[in-house]
Amino acid sequence: MVDEGCAPRRSTAGTAIQCTVRRHLVAGYKHRHNSFVADDYSPPVTNPGAASNVTMDAFDARERRLRALMLRAQAGDDAAYRALLVDLSQHVRTFYRRRLTGLPDEIEDLVQETLLAVHNQRHTYDAAQPLTAWAFAIARYKLVDLLRRRGRREARNDSLDDVSELFTGGDAEAGDAQRDLTSLLDALPERQRLAIVHVKIDGRSVAETAALTGMSESAVKVNIHRGLKTLAKNVRAAS
Amino acid sequence: MKTDALIDLLATGAGPVPRYATSRRLLAAATIGTAGALLLLWIVFGINPALQADAARVPFWLKLAFAMALAGAGLLLCNRLARPGVPVGAAIWAALLPLLAMWLLGAMALIEADSAARAQLLFGASWRVCPFNITLLSLPAFAASVWAMRGLAPTDTRRAGAVAGFGAGSLGAVVYCLHCTEYAAPFIGIWYVIGILIPSVAGFVLGPRLLRW
Repeated sequence: MVDEGCAPRRSTAGTAIQCTVRRHLVAGYKHRHNSFVADDYSPPVTNPGAASNVTMDAFDARERRLRALMLRAQAGDDAAYRALLVDLSQHVRTFYRRRLTGLPDEIEDLVQETLLAVHNQRHTYDAAQPLTAWAFAIARYKLVDLLRRRGRREARNDSLDDVSELFTGGDAEAGDAQRDLTSLLDALPERQRLAIVHVKIDGRSVAETAALTGMSESAVKVNIHRGLKTLAKNVRAAS
Repeated sequence: MKTDALIDLLATGAGPVPRYATSRRLLAAATIGTAGALLLLWIVFGINPALQADAARVPFWLKLAFAMALAGAGLLLCNRLARPGVPVGAAIWAALLPLLAMWLLGAMALIEADSAARAQLLFGASWRVCPFNITLLSLPAFAASVWAMRGLAPTDTRRAGAVAGFGAGSLGAVVYCLHCTEYAAPFIGIWYVIGILIPSVAGFVLGPRLLRW
């Protein structure tokens, strides 16, 4: 049940009921969220009315879709994971374009850094929490981190608190990254670089890579994991 | 590298995510921290020679339950603050309730005691060293929880550092129960709590430097 998005499957009564239940669960979570720490998660619109209900529904629909993608991704569905990353990258890009007007050259770099963070930290997502809140917290953290490193006044900007801001439209058109990830990838320790190139770029299986490189299969997995962590660290240090 | 290429790279062969990875990492840190504290206790302080007799009485278990409840609260709070977008919320009561209960017990004991006995309830024989002993015993858990947090994703590094220190301090207090011979609620409510607060404040101060990712 949790593997499927709700919206496309209204054909049976059972699915409809499950959807309603899940929706209430998610809504309840948001509620608890809001009552204790207002700046962590706020629904996009609070005043009642027809227009706001539409916004709220669009927001809920996106939350359900992205959460379903994340749950499938965590179960090992790489296609769902790819779709999630594409969607998130677009929202994150729009969010940063709006927020980094003073540092336009940094936007695509920060989008990439955020995607790496989402990937390396994806085991911290708890299925009981809204995926949008999780993703927004990472995007905001990376933004504040960059502003702080640049010594920008906006780093202390407390208006960065509305999760809906990240999810109000996505920008598919990527800008140019200033920093070259490929050269950072090339600079990784050899075993980490090899594991990543074979599995993640050339698309070989872990077993094939193990046979090609003489590493054990678990060493290949560990080196991919460590390599992407090192890459994220170097990306942050290079900016 | 284009962002699309990065997404391809990340998604290709990504595979499943281990279940309960966050909780398991924190539990591993708590286990390592407890083992380290037991070793330190054995080397530095030794075990209370009267432990067997003391453990037959209620106050020993009350003190141990207090420290364990705080350690559990620390773990719970770490498990929330290690994840992006999860607020502390009502979980803060897991830490506050044992504290309030101990302070209530302490206040009752002080009110009932005559003035001559109050100093003994408050200061016992070891108030000067108790907080620092607990802080010392919290060091292994402090290091372990910083290690655990660094592999997770705390977005509020100050508060994440503080709860990591709080959990470590509480584990130190749990282990210190095997050495300490103080059982008065006012003593525990003050000096044990200070011993737990020292690593909490250290975590709060060091968090932004140690937990950045």
